[in-house]
This record gives sequence, structure tokens and C-alpha cells, in this order.
Amino acid sequence: MAFQYFVPHYLSAAIYQNALNWTIIIGIFTLVVGIGSLISLHYDKIARRKEHWPYSVVTMVALALMTVIGLWSPDAIQNPRGLFMHLYFFVLAPVTATMFALLAFFIASAAYRAFRARTVLATLLLLSAVIVMLGRVPIGEYMTGWLPEGLRFSDIARFILDYPNTAAKRAIYIGVGLGVAATSLKIILGVERTWLGGGQ
Amino acid sequence: MAKSSFWQKVIDIDRRWIYLVIGIVTFVPILKYIGMPVAVTSEVKAVYDMIESLPPGSIVMVPMEFDPATAAELEPMSRAVLRHCFSRNLKVISTAFMIDGVVLIERDLREIAAEYGKEYGQDYVYLGYKPYMQIVLLNMGENFRKPFPRDYYGARLDELPMMFGVNNYSNISCIVNINATSGADYWINYASGRYGAKLALGVTAVMATDYYAFLQSGQIFGLIGGLKGAAEYEKLIGRNKDVANRSMDAVSVAHVFIILFIVIGNIAFFVTGRQKRL
Amino acid sequence: MQEVTFGTVLWMTSAAFLTICIFSFLYRDNPLYRFAEHLVVGVSAGYWIAILYHTSLTDLWIEPLGASISAFGQPGGSFVAKFGALVLNILPGLIGLLMFSRFFAKTSWISRWPIAFYLGVSAGVALPLFLQSFVVRQVAANMVNPADIFGTMAADLTILFNYGNSTLLFWQGFGELIIVVGCICGLAYFYFSAEHKGIMGGAAKVGIWILMIGFGATFGYTVMSRISLLIGRFNYLISWVSAIGDFLRI
Repeated sequence: MAFQYFVPHYLSAAIYQNALNWTIIIGIFTLVVGIGSLISLHYDKIARRKEHWPYSVVTMVALALMTVIGLWSPDAIQNPRGLFMHLYFFVLAPVTATMFALLAFFIASAAYRAFRARTVLATLLLLSAVIVMLGRVPIGEYMTGWLPEGLRFSDIARFILDYPNTAAKRAIYIGVGLGVAATSLKIILGVERTWLGGGQ
Repeated sequence: MAKSSFWQKVIDIDRRWIYLVIGIVTFVPILKYIGMPVAVTSEVKAVYDMIESLPPGSIVMVPMEFDPATAAELEPMSRAVLRHCFSRNLKVISTAFMIDGVVLIERDLREIAAEYGKEYGQDYVYLGYKPYMQIVLLNMGENFRKPFPRDYYGARLDELPMMFGVNNYSNISCIVNINATSGADYWINYASGRYGAKLALGVTAVMATDYYAFLQSGQIFGLIGGLKGAAEYEKLIGRNKDVANRSMDAVSVAHVFIILFIVIGNIAFFVTGRQKRL
Repeated sequence: MQEVTFGTVLWMTSAAFLTICIFSFLYRDNPLYRFAEHLVVGVSAGYWIAILYHTSLTDLWIEPLGASISAFGQPGGSFVAKFGALVLNILPGLIGLLMFSRFFAKTSWISRWPIAFYLGVSAGVALPLFLQSFVVRQVAANMVNPADIFGTMAADLTILFNYGNSTLLFWQGFGELIIVVGCICGLAYFYFSAEHKGIMGGAAKVGIWILMIGFGATFGYTVMSRISLLIGRFNYLISWVSAIGDFLRI
């Protein structure tokens, strides 16, 4: 697949196409295996009456119901008035969204407790964060709008994002690109075998 | 000693009081809308200008990869971009490579298209979801019909008038990818890198700083970052009262309070540290 | 404006109830939170099964397989071609089904074959493209002619001294210098094969300064991101109360 990138021959393109199609189909089964693992885990909890096992009953019932509702009707995922869509918009969506919304509280608490200007580097990080936090919201413009152009929070934040931030992320991406290339080569050449799991 | 016990109490404060303060300072500005003006940045304007420059009838790809967890940031952005495209009579092809967002994105597309009287199959097409997007992106570069023989609603792509003669990225004027995942890297590597598609990204604020390097190198022509980026785009399309703009007051106040917490925490840390040393 | 029905209010109330269940975790872990958490895990898994079946499995495997089987009953076309098409359609499904061997300890080794296929394809396509986009294009963008940078800065300084105002191009040039030098120094910081001493040590030190500024910017944006998610939920709760109000007025 790495070699075909450089070979425009129609046979190379045909192999490329089929390999891509096959990968997607195999991938679907892999995702189903993941769901199977979830069922196995919760079934085990219920069967052995482990701690909090009643909640596993909730999970299994919800899974079964949602699957039946989703697979029963051929247009379950397209009908905006159907039960499947209602369960998605009024059960799955709000809970998922709220779980991530909790992070706002946690980041505030973490910033209060852990964000300390102990060293010069930590202070630099802190200053950069504060400038960007104020410079990228309207209140920053209110606070420093009276300053000449170039000295306002918004201008300094822009400078930080366009230049030092770009330099830092570029260095990281070059490292990531080289790392991905090295790991891909190791997998292809059989040097990297951790994906095989334990045993022979 | 009284002073140190006060600052020690400040450091040891129950975190639930912090949660309460953050909850209040975020909630109140939503109820009491002030309307602080939002300044537009060049990276967001670049996306707007590109869409503005396209003649009516051009095909734009707006793939959306977000789920309910990130919809608060990306849904306003995607709605603003879709409104802009439909108001300019551009045709839109969309996909959803994040499985938890497939239904959500379908609803957004359907509702915004209905606002502008757009007809499915003529003015917009929703291809839906396929797993392993990096493979699908490569496949789409050859022909959309390979990974998507049918659209989300089960119709063959060849049955849709809009898709006549539209085979791959070379038939698309530009791609504005709204993405909450590292899948944005795949769009850069595969769609833009391999097939040379013109690409702009709309990402969550967490990810936005990572893509300035690609903006500077020209691999993407524009970048919309987080709720602020969405507010800027809403302002550009003349919808100053939409959800992102109305939320900027709350973001501003919350930021000020978090900075206040950081400052107070540091003062308490240094005072108690000095007291311990004395 | 859409009419708010009793059904809508009921569904929105259930969503608001679940939202509050999750928020209750901020006070402390409790049965309501656990219930909502386990409920969404089950609903999410069922949702995944339905979406995977309707959007992917049917039109990528089941339908082409059905078409290649029914092709045998149709006139025209060679048997070899039809058989070849059938094999090409059956094989990926069979390889995918091998993944289920993971559930049985004695046969779990078989699942390495589909994993090997997937990893091989992914690694193969990733290799040249990641190198091109993440390395070659980024290094190319970093190769700015220093004469251009210093020329820009000098031109702006000339304007400043002659006319008393600045076009801020000096800072643009200075910023480009930061990108070029900062990227090289950042890479020097991550290079652990040579000791960080002398020139290397100095470069690594500059590199970590640039990295810290970059991480600070990321933290600032992260705070904005998290607050935005919270605002989204508050907006929903407000719309729920508003919907109840609209319904009761009818």
C-alpha cells in the first residue's frame, strides 16, 4: 500500500481500491466485536452479582431496546418522529453532552489548585494562557481597547497564536510525522509486534 | 498565624464552592445578554471569503464530524457555514465520520436546507457514515461511489441530479471540514495532501492551536476555532443574535473568573509557602 | 413558531432530568448519576449497532454479496467473472468474521489475521502521506529566506525613523524569525540522542520556552472550549423551561 502511492498503473489502482474496501468491511466487524466485549463484561457482572450489578441490568436492557428499535424498521435512522431518534436526542445526546460539560467545572478547579507559577517556564505558560484567554474574547478588547494598536490583548494573543504557537506545534508535528513513519515501517517490517498481543 | 490560616483556608476550600461560582458566572450572562462585540480574525475571514468568491451552483463539501459532546461548539459553526453556502446558492455535499453525530448532523442539514427552501438531491446530498474515515477519505479521492454506493437515505448516488458528473474531490470547489476529532489530520493528509483539495477546518477550541502551523504552511486556507470562531462567522453572515454570539458574554465572564481563581490560588500558594519557611 | 406538544415537553423533561442527574455528580457520586451513566452506555451501544447496520454493513457487504450471488441466476457474463466477483465480495466478510474468534480463548489467535490486514493497509497508506503532510510540507514552510525576514524588519524600521509611524511589519518579520528559529529549537529540545550541552543545550532551552508559550495558548483555548460545552447545556435547560412555559400558555 505504501508502494502503490508511487505507481500509477491501473493494476496498482485496482488493488488499492479493493484493499480499501476490504479494510472498511473488516473494520465494521471489529466495531461489532467491541460491542460484544461490552455485553460480555456486563453479563459477567450480572451473573456473578458483582458490585453495582443492577446498573449493568440497566445497560443491557437499554442496549437491547435500542438495538431492536433501531433494526426493526428500515427507516429508523431517517424518521425524525420515530422512537429511535427520540431516544437519541433526548437520552443519548443530553447525557453525553452533560458529561463533557462537567469538564468546565473540573478545569476551573484544576486551574485554582494546580496552576502554580513555581518556575519561570510555568510563569511563561501561565502568562501566555492568560493573554490568549482574554485576547480571544470580547472582554479583552474592552479592557485594552484604549491602548495603541499592537499592544492590546487581542493583538498580543494573535501574535502568540500566529508565531510562537505555530513554531511549537510545527516542531511537534514534524516529530509526530517522523514517529508515524518510523512506527509504520516497524509494523510493516515486523519489528513492531505488540499488536499481536501476548503469547506466541 | 491568623493570616496563614486564612490563606490556608483559601487553598483548602472545598472544590464544590468553585463549581458553584463557575456555574453562576456562566449562567447569569446567558440570561442577561449584554452583546459585547466580537472581532473577526483573518483565518475565519479567509473561509468566509472563499465561500463568497464561489459562483452559484459550485459544489462545496461540508463534512461534519462532531457528536453531542462537542455540538455546543461545532453545531453553531456548522449551521453558520451551511447558511452561508445555501444563501449563496452553492450545492453542499456532507458526510459524518463520527458515528455518534450521524443523526445530529442529518437534522442540522435538513433544518438549515429547509430554511432556504433547498431540495434534497438537487441542492444538497448527505452521504452519511462509514467507519475508518482515513480509508474512506482515500476511497473518496478515487470516486465517492466506492465507499458510498448509496447516500444516507438509501438512494444510489447516480439517481441524485446533483451528483451527475461529480465523482471525487476534483469536482469539488472546496472542503470546509467541521471536525471535533483528530480526523482533521486525515483530511489534511489524504484529501488535501494526496488529492490537492482546497481545505479549511472548523475545529474545537482545544484543537484550534494545533492547526495554525498548517494555516501558515498553506495546507489549509482557513481555520474556524471553537465557539469564538463560530461567533465570528455568524457576524460575517449578518446573524449577530445567533447562539454563538449570544454565548460570548458568558465565555468572557467565565474567563475572567477563572483567571481570578488562578491569581488567588497563586497568591495563597506563595503566602502560605512563605509562612511555612518563616 | 413550532407548536409545543405534551409529547415534546415530556421528552425534553426526561432530557433535562438526565442532565441534572449528570450534574449531580458535582456534589458527589450518587445512584442517579450512575443510572444515567449506565443508561447512556446501553443506548449508545444499541445506537452504534443500528447505525453500523443501516449505513455500512448493508450497502458495503450485504447488498454487493447478494448481487454477486444473484448474478449466477442471470444470463450473460462468464462464470469465471461471476465467481471472481463472488469471491471478492465474500472474502472481506469472512476475514471480518474471524474477529469474533477473540471471544474464545482457544481460537483467539485467528483474530490476528484481520488485525494484520487492517494494520498493514493503514500503515502502508499512512507512511508516505504523513511524511508528506507532517514533515515535508512543514519543513518546506519553515524554509523562509532570512534576507526576506530581515529586509521586512529593516524596511519597517526605516519607515518608523523617517515618518514616525510603524506599519507593524517589523513584528511580522520578527514573528517569522520566531517561527524559523523556534521550530528548529523545539526540534532540538526533542532530540535526545545528543546531550543538551553547549549550542544544543542553548537551542533546547530556547525550544522549551517556545513550547511553553505554545502550550499556554493551548490551555487558554481549552478553557474556552470547556466553558462553551457548559454554556450549551445551560442553553438547553433554558429552552426546556421556555418550552414548558410555551406549553402551559396554550
